[in-house]
Amino acid sequence: MTYLYAFLFAGIVCLIGQIILDNTKLMPGHITSLFVVIGAALDIFSIYDFFVEKAGAGAMVCITSFGHLLIHGALAKAKSAGLLGLFTGMFSLTAAGITATIIFAFILTIIFKPKN
Amino acid sequence: MEKSKYDELIKKHSPKENKFKNMIISFIVGGLVGLIGQCLITFYSSFNGISKDEAASLMMVTIIFLSCLFTSLGFFDNWVSKSGAGLFVPISGFAHATTSAALEYKKEGYVFGIGSNIFKLSGSVILYGVISAYVFGIIRFVFFGG
Repeated sequence: MTYLYAFLFAGIVCLIGQIILDNTKLMPGHITSLFVVIGAALDIFSIYDFFVEKAGAGAMVCITSFGHLLIHGALAKAKSAGLLGLFTGMFSLTAAGITATIIFAFILTIIFKPKN
Repeated sequence: MEKSKYDELIKKHSPKENKFKNMIISFIVGGLVGLIGQCLITFYSSFNGISKDEAASLMMVTIIFLSCLFTSLGFFDNWVSKSGAGLFVPISGFAHATTSAALEYKKEGYVFGIGSNIFKLSGSVILYGVISAYVFGIIRFVFFGG
């Protein structure tokens, strides 16, 4: 069942993005930034946790989960270290994604030549 | 020429965007990315000693690696422009934006080309993600106790 929910959730989030892209003057950069803010906002009431539990990877691959993971890591540290934890724990859960992006982007850029 | 006639002509000759078709394509492509992610999590967690959280991280790293690789091989740009939001809303879009910015500025050198511009397109995601997570984190910390 998680497979179906994963397909539907990721599909619907992309569908919303496509509707915004087609009907407004916003660029892809605006939309991804907006979605990250929405993902972080949904976490005030733990709504996004519910999506992750139900839709699994469908909720994790969307850029909204980036905001969700940022706030989640910050709050987990804030529980033990107080407000300073918001600073020390901010990137604790997204570290894998950001580090992988930087490393792979850099290595592959060195290896390959830009097309056109 | 009268304004209304001119508008009519413009309307006739401007390319028709098939919004409905775009919506269907982005829904299916985005859904497929989610489905592939779920299959990868099942695949990785079938190995001994890999927990569900580690499998999820591995899934993210795999999708990021594939989109970085496809971008540097040159055909991912085409896919992104065809599928619209289906590929730039998932995490693949973040990897694509980073890699294509790095490739574009490679000729300007390693420090002031790649180094300065690698986050040119995707930096806004990190900036506004951190700012919003900080603001909403304080709100949740103060009102709900973390």
